[in-house]
Amino acid sequence: MTAQTQFSGGFQNAPVQAAHAFRAAMTVMAQPGEIRDLRGAQPPKPLSIAAGTLLLTLCDPETKVHLAGEFNTDGVREWLTFHTGAPISQAAVADFAVGSWAELSPLGSFRIGTAEYPDRSATLIVECDALQQAGAILSGPGIKDTARLSLPDAPALQANAALYPLGCDFFFTCGDRVAALPRSTQISVEA
Amino acid sequence: MYVAVKGGETAIENAHAWLAEERRGATDIDELSIAQIREQLGLAVNRVMAEGSLYDPDLAALAIKQSRGDLIEAIFLIRAYRTTLPRFGYSKPVKTDEMACDRRISATFKDAPGGQVLGPTFDYTHRLLDFKLAAEGEVPAAPTAQPRTEATPHITEFLKGEDIIQDEPASDTTPGDLTREPMEFPSNRPLRLQSLTRGDEGFVLGMAYSTQRGYARNHAFVGELRIGKVAVEMDIPELGFAIDIGEIELTECETVNQFKGSKTEPPQFTRGYGLVFGQSERKSIAMALVDRALRWEELGEDNLGAPAQDEEFVLSHADNIQATGFLEHIKLPHYVDFQSELELVRKLRREAEERMQPKEAAE
Amino acid sequence: MNEYNFAYLDEQTKRMIRRAILKALAVPGYQVPFASREMPMPYGWGTGGVQVSAATLTPEDTFKVIDQGADDTTNAVSIRKFFENTAGVKTTEETEKATVIQTRHRTPEAKLRKDQIIVYQVPIPEPLRFLEPRETETRKMHSLEEYGLMHVKLYEDISQHGAISTAYAYPVKVSDRYVMDPSPIPKFDNPKLEMDAIQLFGAGREQRIYAVPPHTKVVSLDFEDYPFEATKADHPCDLCGAEDSYLDEVIMDDAGNRMFVCSDTDYCRSRREAGHVGRLAEENAA
Repeated sequence: MTAQTQFSGGFQNAPVQAAHAFRAAMTVMAQPGEIRDLRGAQPPKPLSIAAGTLLLTLCDPETKVHLAGEFNTDGVREWLTFHTGAPISQAAVADFAVGSWAELSPLGSFRIGTAEYPDRSATLIVECDALQQAGAILSGPGIKDTARLSLPDAPALQANAALYPLGCDFFFTCGDRVAALPRSTQISVEA
Repeated sequence: MYVAVKGGETAIENAHAWLAEERRGATDIDELSIAQIREQLGLAVNRVMAEGSLYDPDLAALAIKQSRGDLIEAIFLIRAYRTTLPRFGYSKPVKTDEMACDRRISATFKDAPGGQVLGPTFDYTHRLLDFKLAAEGEVPAAPTAQPRTEATPHITEFLKGEDIIQDEPASDTTPGDLTREPMEFPSNRPLRLQSLTRGDEGFVLGMAYSTQRGYARNHAFVGELRIGKVAVEMDIPELGFAIDIGEIELTECETVNQFKGSKTEPPQFTRGYGLVFGQSERKSIAMALVDRALRWEELGEDNLGAPAQDEEFVLSHADNIQATGFLEHIKLPHYVDFQSELELVRKLRREAEERMQPKEAAE
Repeated sequence: MNEYNFAYLDEQTKRMIRRAILKALAVPGYQVPFASREMPMPYGWGTGGVQVSAATLTPEDTFKVIDQGADDTTNAVSIRKFFENTAGVKTTEETEKATVIQTRHRTPEAKLRKDQIIVYQVPIPEPLRFLEPRETETRKMHSLEEYGLMHVKLYEDISQHGAISTAYAYPVKVSDRYVMDPSPIPKFDNPKLEMDAIQLFGAGREQRIYAVPPHTKVVSLDFEDYPFEATKADHPCDLCGAEDSYLDEVIMDDAGNRMFVCSDTDYCRSRREAGHVGRLAEENAA
């Protein structure tokens, strides 16, 4: 494979690849606990394929993106700017943020929307080492009875859900896999 | 017996074919060319450009031809086309004080630098049908004069010198864009002006007229009305400076409004502003009046409850493409909804009759 | 129409709509403002639904469009044709085979599956609009979860007419939080709003998108002593004999004789194909 540059690794056929990627993203956001394949982009490290594909699908000059910690590299910035034109921003004003859970924490720095416009909240793309339908028990909209998902930090996410209808929404990415957790999901952990 | 209505597709195709034939009209009459419409129905073209929010006289003329002269339909065609166009960049604000004026009048000063220029106006024509035009429309050339080459300062600048008119400080803040962001209330003046300039001429006219008749009267004088061409400049990042990319015709109206002062503002003149593509005089004056009426809050005036003061009301109903679509949609099938109402009314009647009956029996 | 992008809309517009859809799914029943674009069809004729469908469709999808429950109504035909031309997707009239269904005024009779998406065309997304015309006010009411006005309206109905006089676009409360307009579906369809498929709602002119994820609690507003009733014409379908489907009433002759037929044309067709026979079906075949 040739060296990664800011120009490479975009969608080859944006209308179709973005459509597929969005369907995966929508499916997991509508059904918390579901895991889907998410491919299309070949982003520079440390971005995963799934996170890179999400960024290309959802970001453009109208969205501010926060790159947390080790994701804030020249390579990622240049790649993102070239392919999406999205301005890189601080956490406090970001529409989207990418990073590991540790780097994105604490969640308090992100927008949670306002009472009149709860949609004006950040969507966090959390890069994970593993992604499984195991662990925390999820219930709420999109879930028949209950579902399970490996969450990085159940108490922090419970606190986010308690803000409903305000709060952040999450994608969890691992390699070319994606799951999601909207603020509407109730989380419990087995004792 | 009963056969369900089928064949929607064929019906639609046939309707389109018939429509095309009607549009063409009798084939022994010459077909209109785009150039004829552009040159001879210029004010219709201007209205389509203004309310379509796209400055392209040829496309506007095409839309008028395609829509059989239904200007709202033509505006719709232009809007639908416009929305598919990529954005290459943003022009710099046009400098209307450097406008090459075809017409420039002030109702507030008998004369001022730049003078009063009547230009090609209907104002003093006697509205008598000119039957000669029915035969042929060839006209002798109009007299010409040397055009002014220097800039024509705005009338309001002279009032500003005296500090007797509300200042409108320049701002480099990027205004919102109502075609790219959902409308949100309360709005702000740039968005209001965008909405008014592309708003339906009849609606804006009616709103403006209502202020004149006392629904939030704002004592407007036409400080200045000017029509002419201005250069459009755009910064080219690769070049590092701005270049002229063309010129457009605009109508600008600035009203000077009497203002007795309020809790927050001293007595002074205030302004309303109208700026519209092409020669669109009625529209720009109406726009300025409505703009002024909508500024009651920033000037600390009372809300009189007049329709033209109500930003949400004016902005939500000014767009004729939204209005006509929703109005006309009621001719689409609604039999599911109607059926549910039918059932409900029958049920309510049944119950009402049942309530009546025992009473009658007892009597 | 090859000069246009896949599914007509440019990619930036689709991204903007997609972001709105994701937020709508995250806050079920809340109306997300979006910068609706001018479409090549009139506002009020499904521009919101069309934009949501355009942002949702992939080339592999099979698309179904219904209006009043029927695939062959003119506006349904027109929208179906639009996507055949601009997205090149397969289309179908069979609910079963569709992956994305755009609808106006009905929810199909057949139970929708988890892998299906239904897109509703919405004229007035604000359930409180006819009680309070101002957006600034209704937005405040939603933020405060202040829905007293709606209950007062429904209660006044009862005191005046002895029943709630809303027959379609019957308001619902979604996931115990937002009161939502389910679009002008007959209230008969309200119980179906708790379903396995993803439900997306698009209002183009009013610039709003909202959603109900699968398995989301959707409750039609009512009172303990006047419980919600999903009513329909008290007849079986005269063509397929179905007793559980929503019916259209058709005037058959100058004497005003009526017949009742399924509004969901695909449901009726599939039942007749399976051998179900209604009161007037024999004559019809003859």
